Amino acid sequence: MIVRLLGEGQFRVDDALLARLNELDDEVGKAVDAGDERALWTALQALADAVRESGEKLGDSDLVPSDAVIPPEDLSLEEARDLLQHDGFIPDPVAS
Amino acid sequence: MPGLMSRLSLIFKAKFSKALDRAENPNETLDYSYEEQLRQLQNVKRGIADVTTAKKRLELQYTSMQQQVDKLDGQARQALQANREDLAREALTRKAAVQAQLEGIMQQGQQLEAQQQKLIEGERTLQAKVEAFRTQKEVIKAQYSAAEAQVRIGEAATGIGEQMADVGLAIQRAKDKTDQMQARANAIDELTTSGALEDYTASGDDIDRQLAQISQGGQVDSELEKMKAELGSGGAPKQIEGEAEEAK
Repeated sequence: MIVRLLGEGQFRVDDALLARLNELDDEVGKAVDAGDERALWTALQALADAVRESGEKLGDSDLVPSDAVIPPEDLSLEEARDLLQHDGFIPDPVAS
Repeated sequence: MPGLMSRLSLIFKAKFSKALDRAENPNETLDYSYEEQLRQLQNVKRGIADVTTAKKRLELQYTSMQQQVDKLDGQARQALQANREDLAREALTRKAAVQAQLEGIMQQGQQLEAQQQKLIEGERTLQAKVEAFRTQKEVIKAQYSAAEAQVRIGEAATGIGEQMADVGLAIQRAKDKTDQMQARANAIDELTTSGALEDYTASGDDIDRQLAQISQGGQVDSELEKMKAELGSGGAPKQIEGEAEEAK
């Protein structure tokens, strides 16, 4: 799947990583619920690092839509609440 | 491929597919989309210029606050030479408050600087993607049937639309941050000039405020001692100009 790190670009990551990304995404949700901005930044950074480490950056000539979009690592709590109203940043695995 | 898409992706896609649905003919869609891209690229360039201007303005404000710090420091020194420790303490307290704000602004300024770099990088990527689209649209026109072309165009345009939304969001965030910092710098400027610099830890509860006072108080005490030592080691205490003139 294709993941965009906002402000950084798109990465192609293996679908197998989805479960791990969803775990990290849950951490983001928890941090927002707890109103803990430090924890939010840590969680977002972990999420972005996971994509950077295992993903392959797409070139400038690739014109493909992303399956998931991860916001910047310094997102404020307020901004995060705004974005997280419904889902996490990483799509949930397809229900079987 | 996951069945659910993240919220942000959905926003990008909705915006672009809506725009593209208006044109029925693939050639028209291509032209429309390309025009739209060029227009938005212009907006992005303008946005980056705005952020750069705002950052410069902030740097000027930073310099003027730095001058205030120096001025308060000089005033404390003068007060101490005139044996007015109370005034010196007051000046150093104000200085500590302005310095605390300065530090915060400097940190945010560094973040803004990093964001600005990312924006410039984002603009470069966007430019490259628009150029890639221009090349691809010729390929799409030549190689695909109308129905296939529509799908290919949709994909390419969504990909590039996402890049635009990304850079646009980055510009918006940088602008918001600049505005916040400017408001903060303006507020502290006003407080310092009016001399009503008591509520400098505007946010935070009473305990925070007291803790800040204690630590700043400690800083003031140690600075006072340092100044005293400096002035004392310079031989006989010098009289400040006003007193010297009065003595004549």
